[in-house]
Amino acid sequence: MNAPLRRVGVVVMILFGLLFANLNWIQAYKADEYRTSDYNGRVQVAEYERKRGNIEAGGTAFAVSKETDGELKYQRTYPGGAKYAHVLGYKPVNLGDTGIERSENDFLAGTSDQLFIDRFKDMFTGDQTAGGNVLLTISKRAQDVAYDQLRNNKQGVSKGAAIAIDPRTGAVQALVSMPSFDPNPLASHDTDAATAAYNKLEQDADRPLRNRALGEVLPPGSAFKIVVAAAALENGVGKNTQIPAGASFTPPTSGTPIRNAAPSICPESQVSLMEAVTESCNTGFAKLGIRLGADTIKEKARQFGFEQEDLTVGQLGEGGHAVAASRTGDMQNADGGDDPAALAQSSIGQRDVRMTPLQGAMIAASVANGGSQMRPYLVRQLLGPDRTTSYYTADPRELRQPVSGQVAADLREMMVSVVENGTGRQAQIDGYTVGGKTGTAQSGPQTRDHGWFIGFALDKNGNAVSAVCVLLEEAGDGGSAEAARIGGQIMRAAITDPGGR
Amino acid sequence: MTAPATPAPSPATTGEQPGVRLARSRRNAELSLLLLAMGLVAAYGAMVEAKVLDTVTPDFWIPAAALTAVFLGLHLVIRFLAPFADPALLPAVALLNGIGVGFLRRLDLGEALPADRENLATFAGTGGRQLAWTLLSVILAAGLLALMRDHRSVSRYAYTLGLAGIVLVMIPAVLPSRYSEINGAKLWIKFGDTFSIQPGEFAKLALLAFFAYYLVRKREVLSLASRRFLGIDFPRGRDLGPVVVVWLISLLVLIFEKDLGTSLLYFGMFVVTLYIATERVSWLLIGLVLFFGGAYLAYLLGDVVGGPFANFYLRAQIWLDPFADPHDDGYQLVQGLLALGTGGLFGAGPGGGQPGLLPEVQNDFIFAGIGEEIGLFGLSALLVVYLLIVERGLRAALAVRDSFGKLLAGGLAFTLGLQVFVIVGGISKLIPLTGQTTPFLSAGGSSLMANWLLIAVLLRVSDAARRPVTGGGGRARPAGGPPEQLHGAPTEVIRP
Repeated sequence: MNAPLRRVGVVVMILFGLLFANLNWIQAYKADEYRTSDYNGRVQVAEYERKRGNIEAGGTAFAVSKETDGELKYQRTYPGGAKYAHVLGYKPVNLGDTGIERSENDFLAGTSDQLFIDRFKDMFTGDQTAGGNVLLTISKRAQDVAYDQLRNNKQGVSKGAAIAIDPRTGAVQALVSMPSFDPNPLASHDTDAATAAYNKLEQDADRPLRNRALGEVLPPGSAFKIVVAAAALENGVGKNTQIPAGASFTPPTSGTPIRNAAPSICPESQVSLMEAVTESCNTGFAKLGIRLGADTIKEKARQFGFEQEDLTVGQLGEGGHAVAASRTGDMQNADGGDDPAALAQSSIGQRDVRMTPLQGAMIAASVANGGSQMRPYLVRQLLGPDRTTSYYTADPRELRQPVSGQVAADLREMMVSVVENGTGRQAQIDGYTVGGKTGTAQSGPQTRDHGWFIGFALDKNGNAVSAVCVLLEEAGDGGSAEAARIGGQIMRAAITDPGGR
Repeated sequence: MTAPATPAPSPATTGEQPGVRLARSRRNAELSLLLLAMGLVAAYGAMVEAKVLDTVTPDFWIPAAALTAVFLGLHLVIRFLAPFADPALLPAVALLNGIGVGFLRRLDLGEALPADRENLATFAGTGGRQLAWTLLSVILAAGLLALMRDHRSVSRYAYTLGLAGIVLVMIPAVLPSRYSEINGAKLWIKFGDTFSIQPGEFAKLALLAFFAYYLVRKREVLSLASRRFLGIDFPRGRDLGPVVVVWLISLLVLIFEKDLGTSLLYFGMFVVTLYIATERVSWLLIGLVLFFGGAYLAYLLGDVVGGPFANFYLRAQIWLDPFADPHDDGYQLVQGLLALGTGGLFGAGPGGGQPGLLPEVQNDFIFAGIGEEIGLFGLSALLVVYLLIVERGLRAALAVRDSFGKLLAGGLAFTLGLQVFVIVGGISKLIPLTGQTTPFLSAGGSSLMANWLLIAVLLRVSDAARRPVTGGGGRARPAGGPPEQLHGAPTEVIRP
């Protein structure tokens, strides 16, 4: 009986050898895959072991981590509440994270390669060094004004957005999407409560989670005329050149006449380009668009940033909030030739033209900045856990050059005329030269028109100091004038913010 | 008999007379190994507290000390009642048992409110209950050693034990589910909500004693009368009877108790004792074909028919791809794999893991929970300790002189090894997961008690194996030992 006993001993050794080999497979070969698996809750608990860094703007922290007694050691809180929700994003325990919290996660969490030295030091001191801090470009005063003015707009509109950028650098000065939401319940450690809060926001008909400043695309209306005017200036039309206008224009192939917003606007058969922009003359721009052709207009819009699908606003060069692509839409017949009706309507920012508020601000900013469009960004600096070591400082960079300096100067003159003499008077700021363009866009047969304003402010030396875009969805009559007023207020706040930039 | 490579313990303690060459009891080696193991258990408890509480409380040593006291008691019992027992068995089992208690206490610490953590009572929570069960089990094991002075005496009760074993296996299958089902497996007898026993754990021992007795009696018939086919000797049809009966019982367990692990355990146990008794490979082949055939048939039936086979089919599906449904069906296995993977080579350190994320971490998944904290290196060490126990058991079987003892010790040792294989292989996705306890580690009185009884039997057999053949060889026998003539008795006394 001893021979089979010995063999059983060998069999047991083989079985244990199999166990050992299999454990090697799991704990050595597959270890990294399992350690970082999406289903692995430890990733999360470990993440909350380390104090997450702050997100700050203008010297104030708007996303901070506080120590708790719970299993997850730190609670993320947002002292700015709804005002900064769309700027910061949020970092929930059980839901997807968004915004700067998402794009700068590695640095905030302290797991970034850049912070390797700090983690290395921890191995000896036994501490858990906090994550790094992210400093934003936001001007507190501009953000306050943008949020308050938008919420208390005189049109009583519940949906809209405002964004302000520094034309010289692309730094975002204010970013508000309305309605907003309080991100604090979403970051609750009670995951059921967080999920309930999220579902409530998700099911809200006004879609508060949506970042309208970067993600909403709507017809821009007359604000698009700046793009058409730029195309015209590059194609032999001067700012004082007389262009055909009239009280009404029915494009060939279409029975629907294009009229002006009021009978008093350009009823004469010819007006100068300057006057057409100042008064927002629809018939003039419809005819101008047909004359320039679809390809020219689409190409100009593309040079201003339309059709770009991969733009992000966060750190320059990588990551951040995704920006929806603005579109010029279809202006051609099935045979490839221009469709005059579509072209005429597109030229006044209707039909299939769609624009984000950020795109509007970028148009105004590039006009103000001598034709150079700077890449927008939100992250000004990455500051180490010690608050002295800087790991990144934004170095503004040009995104593209939509128009030449001369064309930009002409456009600037026309837009200043809009605010001084035309539809954008509400945007004026004492002591500064303000230019802009209003837009009133039909949203649908049953709904009220959207009100737009894009504009910029120049200081006494002619330097562009702020550019803005305000959108009031379904604002009705007077919507664009209210948008212009809010835009002026935001720019004034951004310029006068002592700590802002 | 182990080679006498190291010097003998001092004559004063073993009662040996100088100048007479004798087999050594090695009781002092057992004592020092036991103290080393208990030192490790105490150190483990201290590391857990340092990690979970950020401080080591002045009371950290109390559970380890309680264990040490009871194991020292068993050591003394062995010293007097089984002086030649294998000295490695007790320390190895004590180490596993101690780590198990320590880890369960660590789970209690993790679940307790921060305010209560530092004042967790010694017998509180799962760890405390396990500690109490350990005390009881070790006392029972000592009792068994005292009652069973010679393992051959068990053969007198073989048929009684066999009947008791079958009844114990059947009870949960026959009982209504609400008295017997926990987590989908009908393996229990529940008394209220808090207390339940797993009769299968004890049935294992009883059945094995019966197998050993039956096979020793039928040995010649089974091994000699055969038909040759394809170069392999196959047994006669009438001798196949008991194999088929056990196969059917295993399948019944599989189907009605919804537990592949237990049926695999019974069947493996029987086939291996059959093989050891007859030395015929054909029995192994027949056994394997029957089991895997039965399991595959159950898998196919589970797919097509469902019903009682559905549970087995589902388990096989989870095994094939646990990540197909990681939040529901595959949740347990996925979390076990993630825990093991997170532990990696070195582990998160005792107390450093997140066992709270693992379902059933105190039971089936304790090996994964421990693995997260002690890593591949620690788990390998635990596997080696298990292997040591199994191989020492097999060694006792090799060395003992009677066939019944050989079969009993060999079968028990193999069963223990197979159980470790089934559960550790199950949680690490080597084989389909089945609800087995991890011997000496998992929380649960039935399993702990049954396995300590198993160890008591192995100690008894190893004592007989290592005891000198000549009875009155100048050795001063401790008082209360079994009658001298039994130990000098020739081998193979159980022949019919």
